[in-house]
Amino acid sequence: MRVALFATCLVDTVVPQVARATAALLERLGHEVVVPSGQACCGQMHVNTGYRREAVPIVANHLRAFAGAEAIVSPSGSCVASIHHQQAMVLRRAGEHALADEAEALAARTYELSQFLVDVLGVTDVGAYYPHRVTYHPTCHSLRLLKVGDRPLQLLRAVRGLELVELPGAESCCGFGGTFSVKNADTSTAMLTDKMANVLSTHAEVCTAGDASCLMHIGGGLSRLRSGTRTVHLAEILASTEDAVTPHQTTRPAVTA
Amino acid sequence: MTTTPEDLRTDQTPLAPGAPRSGTTFLGLPTAPRGVGHLRGDRSFPDAARDALRDGQLRANLGHATTTIRGKRARVVAELPDWAQLRAAGSALKTATMARLDEHLEELERQVTARGGTVHWARDAAEANRIVTELVQATGSDEVVKVKSMATQEIGLNEALEAAGITAHETDLAELIVQLGDDKPSHILVPAIHKNRAEIREIFLRTMPQFQGEGADRDLPDEPRRLAMAARAHLRERFLRARVAISGANFAVAETGTLAVVESEGNGRMCLTLPETLITVMGIEKLVPTWRDLEVFLQLLPRSSTGERMNPYTSTWAGVTPGDGPQDFHLVLLDNGRTAVLADEVGRQALHCIRCSACLNVCPVYERTGGHSYGSVYPGPIGAILSPQLTGVEDNASLPYASSLCGACYDVCPVAIDIPSVLVHLRAEHVEAQEKPTAESVAFRALATAMSHPRLWRLAQRAASLGRLLSRGKPTMPNALPFPASAWTRSRDLPTPPAETFTSQWAREHGGRK
Repeated sequence: MRVALFATCLVDTVVPQVARATAALLERLGHEVVVPSGQACCGQMHVNTGYRREAVPIVANHLRAFAGAEAIVSPSGSCVASIHHQQAMVLRRAGEHALADEAEALAARTYELSQFLVDVLGVTDVGAYYPHRVTYHPTCHSLRLLKVGDRPLQLLRAVRGLELVELPGAESCCGFGGTFSVKNADTSTAMLTDKMANVLSTHAEVCTAGDASCLMHIGGGLSRLRSGTRTVHLAEILASTEDAVTPHQTTRPAVTA
Repeated sequence: MTTTPEDLRTDQTPLAPGAPRSGTTFLGLPTAPRGVGHLRGDRSFPDAARDALRDGQLRANLGHATTTIRGKRARVVAELPDWAQLRAAGSALKTATMARLDEHLEELERQVTARGGTVHWARDAAEANRIVTELVQATGSDEVVKVKSMATQEIGLNEALEAAGITAHETDLAELIVQLGDDKPSHILVPAIHKNRAEIREIFLRTMPQFQGEGADRDLPDEPRRLAMAARAHLRERFLRARVAISGANFAVAETGTLAVVESEGNGRMCLTLPETLITVMGIEKLVPTWRDLEVFLQLLPRSSTGERMNPYTSTWAGVTPGDGPQDFHLVLLDNGRTAVLADEVGRQALHCIRCSACLNVCPVYERTGGHSYGSVYPGPIGAILSPQLTGVEDNASLPYASSLCGACYDVCPVAIDIPSVLVHLRAEHVEAQEKPTAESVAFRALATAMSHPRLWRLAQRAASLGRLLSRGKPTMPNALPFPASAWTRSRDLPTPPAETFTSQWAREHGGRK
């Protein structure tokens, strides 16, 4: 299948290795990957912060960039959720009904990575090798908006060498919430503190998830604790093989304050 | 967030005939007035939350209570195979009722009047307080007993009565604790959730007359049973003396003029049956068209609120019955901003709320900050969408942002109110109401311009990578960001952007292939 990769603004700019891993994984599974060059952002951050009008041209750009794509895959539950639940709404509100119809059609062809692998490609064993103790955080938008369910766990269970440990309080929010973590920094930190305590209680080497943003938040906190536990995106684990183990860089700051 | 404005749009919004189809709040409808009632806090949510977050005892009390009730709710909800259908029915009944609210309210008025009651219409908190105060004064009584009621908390009725020389005695155990402790409720269902039993014992010893004076028994252990017995002795005396009672209503049935209160302790029933005069203050959104509609809500409410299959006391009454119960009944129908909420096609679903508090008990923000941080009598996720709409969003502008949009509230809401979508909607209302640009709006508009023009976006990304080059070896950049992003880097390290973005590297490696 010819798959268009939506890297998302955050992954593309801050953690490009997550997009590289996604592309490598899909190619390894025998699919052709294209990366439309006009892509930028889904508009979620603007919509969620109240800049609904400003999100309109961002969404329009997204629709232009992916217009011809047959299937679109993204390693981000929250961005895919925004494409499914917010883009058409924002356009309709602005009176852009034709574009909104386009957005609905595009959303129907857009998949979060684990959903694409399990539902569209029908694979749970992607041939990965990752010899580490791993715990999985089901991020809020993947869990409640996209309802990815146990698909990421099915994929992780099939990874050779990987020891999967259950995360206590897995379904509670890590406290990121985009601009929430700035506007309500103290509350966000209190939520993060509890999430980190739960991650550390598993004695996992790696905390994984399907969202780079939540991992950046959790990983940023863990880095400050010098805990040794790091965050790695699900795509990087699935892209790892015995021949080429992906270096663990995700969300691990190069510089610590 | 699957609900779209189109789903919510009804062709009949009779109380808001001028409501525009664009969905912006119709400014001609009055919001709750300032200076009366408890819908506005003194401080913004982040400021108030900061103090609460420092209170370790409060967080421990809240964490324990919400975890317990969350588990109970999940167990009893899982028992019902048709919960999803019940929830959909509750949501549909509310939507349909709101679409013809004026007709149902008029029917309610006819039925209450036909059964010997008197109906009063109150535009806002000030008018409702005046009506109730005059009704109490007409009885000649200078004290009243009260059934737990959010509507009377909302309008600040106790304070209004006090100003007129009338003492209001709360009879719900948790409301009593809050009242005696000179405190404010911090939860819709469990107003004293923030207090533990040692704190409650201390309040009782300090304030209950039976523990005062010479020879009084001061032996009160902090066992829940003994605390409840002390409250019972305290309240019994008030029940037997009371000539006037004031209640709220969980439901009103339009076709029969019936009011309903559900409760756990039976204290409400004492108030509803013993006094000569009963005054009920009810938000206009509380009604259901028919008696049969209660079937759905009386299943949804107790399981969602207390985690019980059925609430222990359900009291219903219609007008007056000669020789039995109160002989004088008054119903005060309260607007206080509700019509303005009804005019907003996205936000109006907040009026579907049946005050079960399930959203508070699952909210990670509420669990850590407590109810007082929200400023209003309506805390938690539902409060974050209801209060700003009742007051006008500018008077509670920080509340729509008091959420990480995790969506747990929407999952548990028994009438499926899409709280995250309404939060996002109210944020936009706030942003769009700002007349002058702020630092944030300038940044977001610039970012939007970049993100909608691929070439500009690549330049912006390169600037981020440049930040990385500048920061190399220097621990202050970009991990310690300037204000307001410094709020983030106070407790977290930010990853340093790499030298090259993914899309740029891909284009370089794949050349002409798009």
